[in-house]
Amino acid sequence: MSAINREQVGHLAELARIEMSDEELARVAGELDLIVESVASVSQAAGDDVPATSHPLPLHNVFREDVVGETLTQEEALSNAPDSQDGKFRVPAILDGE
Amino acid sequence: MSERIVELSAADLAAKLASGEVSSVDAVTAHLEQIEATDGTPLDAQDRSRGTDGLNAFLHRNREEALDVARGVDEARAKGEQLPELAGVPVAVKDLIVTKGQPTTAASRMLEGWMSPYDGTVTRKLRAARMPILGKTNLDEFAMGSSTEHSAFGPTRNPWDLRKIPGGSGGGSAAAVSAFQAPLALGTDTGGSIRQPAAVTGTVGVKPTYGSVSRYGVIAMASSLDQVGPCSRTVLDAALLHEVVGGHDPADSTSLTDPVGSYARAAREGSAEGGLKGLRVGVVQQLSGEGFQAGVQQRFEESLELLRAAGAEIVDVQTPNFEYALGAYYLIMSSEVSSNLAKYDGVRFGLRVTPEGTPTIEKVMSASRAAGFGDEVKRRIILGTYALSAGYYDAYYGSAQQVRTLVQRDFAAAFEKADVLISPTAPTTAFDIGGVDESADPMQMYLNDIATIPTNLAGIPAISLPGGLAPEDGLPVGIQFMAPAREDARVYRAGAGLERLLTEQWGGPLWRERADVTATVRDFAATAAQGGK
Repeated sequence: MSAINREQVGHLAELARIEMSDEELARVAGELDLIVESVASVSQAAGDDVPATSHPLPLHNVFREDVVGETLTQEEALSNAPDSQDGKFRVPAILDGE
Repeated sequence: MSERIVELSAADLAAKLASGEVSSVDAVTAHLEQIEATDGTPLDAQDRSRGTDGLNAFLHRNREEALDVARGVDEARAKGEQLPELAGVPVAVKDLIVTKGQPTTAASRMLEGWMSPYDGTVTRKLRAARMPILGKTNLDEFAMGSSTEHSAFGPTRNPWDLRKIPGGSGGGSAAAVSAFQAPLALGTDTGGSIRQPAAVTGTVGVKPTYGSVSRYGVIAMASSLDQVGPCSRTVLDAALLHEVVGGHDPADSTSLTDPVGSYARAAREGSAEGGLKGLRVGVVQQLSGEGFQAGVQQRFEESLELLRAAGAEIVDVQTPNFEYALGAYYLIMSSEVSSNLAKYDGVRFGLRVTPEGTPTIEKVMSASRAAGFGDEVKRRIILGTYALSAGYYDAYYGSAQQVRTLVQRDFAAAFEKADVLISPTAPTTAFDIGGVDESADPMQMYLNDIATIPTNLAGIPAISLPGGLAPEDGLPVGIQFMAPAREDARVYRAGAGLERLLTEQWGGPLWRERADVTATVRDFAATAAQGGK
């Protein structure tokens, strides 16, 4: 539970795909440090014998009949796209240098 | 008319609609006028982030469609058609719930102008119940916050004092109901976002059992915690709206298959003579006392006295693991947030920002997310990314999930001694807008949810109802009842019982203690126009 530095936040921001200025990285590092310190006790709370709960109520294997239901039309699906062409989402180059 | 339409409870308005004394068009018109008179005008026409000089509870007003629905209901009624109980009663919808034909923004620049191509299940149910939707209410961006200050479209103001926060994230829905802009509203509650706003605005809010109301078409924040629920001014009204929106939905795989309970009947039984006799009420020792404002504590203890005098059995219960609940919540919530918000990438919908030159899609995503998300959303995404990263996963996310088990065990033990549990809903009354410096201490804002979070971790139902005004500041205090999973009827029974005892003591609903909202807003706007705050 070491202090969080600016470089670490820079890496996290890259993973999360959020551009951040140096100033922002420094600020968030400080805030994150405070939050992580406040929640650190959580890791000491439970012994190894306590099972994890991922979901508040136990539900297992929720299936439905494999039938076609209501779906969006292509036009509806593209209606909010920032950019589209020939009935598809249009994006800039995926790889560098292309 | 002696009584203003907008001050009627939903149940009373429904009765007047059924008898023909009031038309739905009249009801919708009266509420639209109230919104017009109290929601204010933009402080800066160019910059929506500054909000308005009024309550700013609505991000979108749905005037034409609401009036159309109302006309349809009036015509059907004139023809003698059988209609659902709340047909013609207007409702407001938190702008986190998608609605066809109206924008849905989640109060984020990321989704500004986005029009959902489909209706959420709860939206469909409102339409099937023929309830006119007045519009979409303000919230903290993507429901992250406890004050509605994190809205990209300016803060909502508290109808009791416009300089104060209305709670969050559902401050818009709570303020709208409190200020008679709507008799009913829908909210969502991930860590207290229905109940804490209800507490600080003197209204009623219910977080149902997890899975008892469909989340399909509700913009996801933290999927294992999110739940949709009703906001109202009376416990019975919340029960009536809960019955409309509840029930199984095959489109939500976490939806329970249980039939919708008889919540309104439970509320009526609870408020009947002797309705609380023999009810075992457990006072959660960890959720009062130290850290709670004196006036909050005082009103809470007075409620306990009233319950005791009405024949309820008051017992103390211990929940030692609640001390870890807030930390566990922030780890689980932020982890799920970081995952759920990955879909806002500027590709299929939402804001796209293209940097200079010929950037790659990755650069476009990073620029879009930087511009589209506010500070609190970014902070939580980064925290969640950290908690889920290799090497930290077990210490943070894994441990937090174990704490979840411990919290559930605490509740199970407490419910062996008591039918319902009770606590103040929030540790303080409403604080000043801009009064918390989150960068200096981000945990300070999070502490608002200390008493509401444990129920989300356990998935159990809870209600907040007005418990009076704190003597030191004259602002509303909320009382919370909690019940075991699937026993939502109990929170309505207990809530309606206490509500009756309190309103008898006050000689009417709590809002009668408040200055006229329209006049308050007019004065506030005049001061704002003179350059004051």
